[in-house]
Amino acid sequence: MPDTEQNAPRSGLARLRTALWLVLAVATLVGIAVVYDRGHPVGDPSSGYASAFGGPFNLTAPDGSTVTEKVLAGKPYAIFFGFTRCPDVCPTSLARMARLRKQLGPDGMKFAIVFVSVDPGHDKPADLGNYVALFGTPIIGLTGTDAQLEQIKKGYGVYSAKVTQPGGDYTIDHTAAIYLMTANGEFSGTIDHQESDATALEKLKRLIA
Amino acid sequence: MIGISPKALALGAIVSLTASAAMAHGYRSGALSIQHPWSRETAVGQAVGGGFLTITNSGDREDRLISGTTPVAAEVQLHTMTMDGGVMRMRQVTGGIVVPTKGSVELKPGGYHIMFMGLRRQLRQGERFPVTLRFQRARSVTVQFAVQPVTSTGPMESSHAGH
Repeated sequence: MPDTEQNAPRSGLARLRTALWLVLAVATLVGIAVVYDRGHPVGDPSSGYASAFGGPFNLTAPDGSTVTEKVLAGKPYAIFFGFTRCPDVCPTSLARMARLRKQLGPDGMKFAIVFVSVDPGHDKPADLGNYVALFGTPIIGLTGTDAQLEQIKKGYGVYSAKVTQPGGDYTIDHTAAIYLMTANGEFSGTIDHQESDATALEKLKRLIA
Repeated sequence: MIGISPKALALGAIVSLTASAAMAHGYRSGALSIQHPWSRETAVGQAVGGGFLTITNSGDREDRLISGTTPVAAEVQLHTMTMDGGVMRMRQVTGGIVVPTKGSVELKPGGYHIMFMGLRRQLRQGERFPVTLRFQRARSVTVQFAVQPVTSTGPMESSHAGH
C-alpha cells in the first residue's frame, strides 16, 4: 500500500513525460508533413501524387459507346482538349500528332490519340467522329455532358470557358497542352504547342518505350 | 518542234498551267493585293471553317479589312487568337484588321483569321469557293479560297517561297 502511495507522484511524472514525448513526436511528424507537402504540391504531376492526375472519367465515343479511363488502360495515350470550331490550335495539334505518329513508323500505333471536345453544345459525338476522321489516322473523339466534362477537366487540370461573342454565339477558351499518359493511366508529360517536333517525338518515344 | 518530245511538251504545259494558276491566285483592289486565300477542309456537318490570306498595302494610306460575305456560309467574321499562359483564346475582331501603309498583314493559323460561320455545305479538299472582302478604303474584291487538307499550316502555293 505504501508503495502505491510512494509511486503515485512518480507515475504522474512518468505520464507527463510520456505525454510530452508524444507531443514532440506529433509536432515532428506534422513538421515533416508540411515540409514534404511544400516540396511536392498537390496537383504537381511530377510529384509522388502523379496517380492523382487524370483519374476517372466517363465520356461518349462517336459510336455512342462509353469510354472511361479503364477502357483506355493498357496502352499509353496522348489526350488533348478542344472543340471542332477551333480554327487553329485544335486542327494544328491533331495534325501534329498524326504527323508524329507517322514518323514513328509501326511504333506509331503503340499510343492512342484522344481528342476531348469541351463544347457539347456544338459537338455531338457523331460530329466529333466525322471531324477526327479528317486527320487520316485513328483518333478517339470523346465528349460528354457538362458534368462529365467537368470531371475530366478537373482531373487533368484543364481550363475551359465559354466566351460570348458580339453576335450572340460563343467561342471557347481552353488549355492547349497535349497530356501524355502511360498505359497505367499515370501522367508522363505534356507536349506544348510551341515545342519542336523533335522534342515532341522524343517524349512520345519515351512514352511508348 | 524538232527534238521536243511529247513528254516535254506535256511537262511544259503543266508547268505553265501551274504557274498561271498560282499567279491567278493573287488579287488586287486599288493599293491592296491579296495573296493565297486558303481554308481548311471541313467534316460533314461541321458548322464553322477558318480562312487565311495575306493582304499587302502598297499605298500611303492605312486600310482595314472590315468584313466579308460568301455563298458558302451565313456569316463571315474576323477573329484573332492568342495564347495566354497555355490557354487558347479566340476573339471576334471589332473595327476591322489594319493593313498598314507600305506593309502587309498576314491572316494565318495562330493569329488573325477569317471565320466562316454557319457553313451551308462541307468544304472539300481541292475545291475553291468565293469570298467578297470589304475594306474601309479599297473597293470590295471577290477572291477564291483554296480548300486544303485539314493538316495544312500554310498556303500550299507559297511553299516554294520557303514558308
